[in-house]
Amino acid sequence: MKHTISVLVENEFGVLSRVSGLFSGRGFNIESLSVAPTLDPDTSRMTIVTRGDDRILEQINKQLNKLISTIKVVDFTGEDFVERELALIKVSTETENRAEVLRIVDIFRAKVVDVTARSYTVEITGAPAKINALLELLRPMGIKEIVRSGPVVIGRGVKGVAG
Amino acid sequence: MKKTGSQILLECLQLEGVEKVFGYPGGAVINIYDDLFDSPIEHILTRHEQAAVHGADGYARATGKVGVVIATSGPGATNTVTGIATAYMDSIPMVIICGQVPTPLIGNDAFQEADIVGMTRPCTKHNYLVQDIRDLPRMLKEAFYIARTGRPGPVLIDLPKDIQVASMKFSYPDSVNLRGYKPTVSGNLRQIEKAAKMVLAARKPVLYVGGGIVLANACEELLKLAEMTRIPVTTTLMAMSAFPQAHPLALGMLGMHGTYFANMSVTECDLLIAVGARFDDRVTGRIDSFAKKAKVIHIDIDPTTIKKNVGVDLPIVGDIKNVLSTLTNKLLERDDQIDELQEATQDWITDITTWKKTHPMAYKKSKSVIKPQFVIEKIRELTDDDAIISTEVGQHQMWTAQFFNFTQPRTFLTSGGLGTMGFGLPAALGAQVAFPDRQVIDISGDGSFQMNSQELATLVQYRLPVKIAILNNNFLGMVRQWQQLFFNKRYSQTCMDLPIDFVKLAEAYGATGLRTDKVDEVESVIQQALDTPGPVIMEFKVDREENVLPMVPAGKGIHEMVLAS
Ligand SMILES: Cc1ncc(C[n+]2csc(CCOP(=O)(O)OP(=O)(O)O)c2C)c(N)n1
Repeated sequence: MKHTISVLVENEFGVLSRVSGLFSGRGFNIESLSVAPTLDPDTSRMTIVTRGDDRILEQINKQLNKLISTIKVVDFTGEDFVERELALIKVSTETENRAEVLRIVDIFRAKVVDVTARSYTVEITGAPAKINALLELLRPMGIKEIVRSGPVVIGRGVKGVAG
Repeated sequence: MKKTGSQILLECLQLEGVEKVFGYPGGAVINIYDDLFDSPIEHILTRHEQAAVHGADGYARATGKVGVVIATSGPGATNTVTGIATAYMDSIPMVIICGQVPTPLIGNDAFQEADIVGMTRPCTKHNYLVQDIRDLPRMLKEAFYIARTGRPGPVLIDLPKDIQVASMKFSYPDSVNLRGYKPTVSGNLRQIEKAAKMVLAARKPVLYVGGGIVLANACEELLKLAEMTRIPVTTTLMAMSAFPQAHPLALGMLGMHGTYFANMSVTECDLLIAVGARFDDRVTGRIDSFAKKAKVIHIDIDPTTIKKNVGVDLPIVGDIKNVLSTLTNKLLERDDQIDELQEATQDWITDITTWKKTHPMAYKKSKSVIKPQFVIEKIRELTDDDAIISTEVGQHQMWTAQFFNFTQPRTFLTSGGLGTMGFGLPAALGAQVAFPDRQVIDISGDGSFQMNSQELATLVQYRLPVKIAILNNNFLGMVRQWQQLFFNKRYSQTCMDLPIDFVKLAEAYGATGLRTDKVDEVESVIQQALDTPGPVIMEFKVDREENVLPMVPAGKGIHEMVLAS
């Protein structure tokens, strides 16, 4: 089962490799990982998407907590949360499909952020499923390149996750 | 007054109460060694950095204090890795200081540069690269705190040369402030209440005790709990010295080379109380038949050990000393029920007594050839109760666990988790540094001995009277045993058929060497070694193809033991 975990860590030398090493060293799988500092510049927040049964997830949680550099671990699975990912997609646009690409972009409330005679670069933010759907539609047009940020998540409601 | 990084380092060590360090110099730590010249800290110069780490490890295991190591950058640092991994697997408190190339050169493949922080990340509890001298006191303070608290472990500090020579005004922090590290000390009271109820309801209880009991200094609490409830105790390799092995409640070791009665007790029990143990595969054998009739209570300071390998009915996270004494008190509140418990478990005790009678821990005695087990029994007879025994890894290690009736905590030093050959001699060295007046004996195989035999020089130089008993079978015996039993006696690369003159080797280093192949000389050789000042090698030419039994074949349940070959 898929799990999305937020990890608050000390923003310090080597912390990313501690976390990723923990996953690789124990045969846990990372589907995506994004990381950036929080309001407090000494703290970073990672969002990790991983898969595994309950027993594996319990181990992942405990092992993450065990790292000295880890301040807090929250598994959002089963919680109410907002999930967003950013993707940049370079689509080749031969004359006959330029308009069609724009139409699709419009439907998804995506944006064209770079234009050349033969390509559009599209920016989209949304839940990963929405990005997947857009990609499906753009694929026949010819996608030259794609880059995804991996999702970030935040819990719904007033309660916040803090160190 | 300003102090340099290397002065600050040594001052911090003193403030942490460090009296002895183990190490080996080199270019990247030459400033530290210069300051050591005037420091009251005693430095033990081993002949290999791996041995320095095992030395500090033996020191830590024997005393409970944090062991300290200094090594130079590059090859010095990489030589420490096996030692660090050994300490990590057995949760030994240790701080390792490695020199590093100057910060501007890091990443340039500079001379003797190695990314030791990267290399030791998976085998340290935590590690640091010092990038600014202002961080040094805090990092040292944290390193010692992390190493000795919670589930202990090694912490490495990588200290670049430019930071050793930089200077600043020094002050040592009084406390640490680690947001992400707050080990749970007292166990959850409601959980402990539940545990008490489960204990009182049990009919066939067993205590399964691991190295955590020693690390937590909770052996007295264990004895008290066991005697009060009359629950039998089986110990892992790491806990053999934690419970008096001659005690009527002692079941000895469990697992792959465990006693028949320990393995049967665990298989048949209805309540397994795991204390500071981690359900290692060498203990459990085939996991789905391990203690499958039992409810499991698991007490450990480290939540990650709980439910890692087996399901647990009642987890209690906390310091074992604290949890066991609380549990004992909870039980004392119902002492009428304890009498009932003792009555109700009478049949169980009778079953176990029968197993002990029908399948005692034994070996075939011989008058013509020295049995390795016999040597171990004799060493036990002739040494003091507080003698410290270390081992290497192999058959001799298992026989020591099986036949040396330990009585006192911290008297058995062995590499359990990593199983590192070459550990025993330097570990014995470290223990002797800590206790110059106690008997310290390394029980060794001829193979393992040769992995760190250079440490004879260190023993002689520092007048450390470690006695080394080599049970020489001219084989890598444990591997040979597997080849005999599971590979049709194809002894591939396990026969060490170059006869080495260990007596001459001892003499070359200025130590004493004794040798015998006669059964009736075993006792006198041991006695002579104990009476001889300084380090002594005793070489016993033992039965070459003796096997460690019982044995649980790989993939089998622990009740499916091979009892005779
Ligand atoms: C560093 C290291 N290399 C290899 C092994 C694998 N191994 C385990 S036991 C053993 C044989 C040990 O032989 P010896 O020290 O002579 O002891 P014996 O088994 O004969 O008592 C070997 C090679 C190990 N445990 N450690």
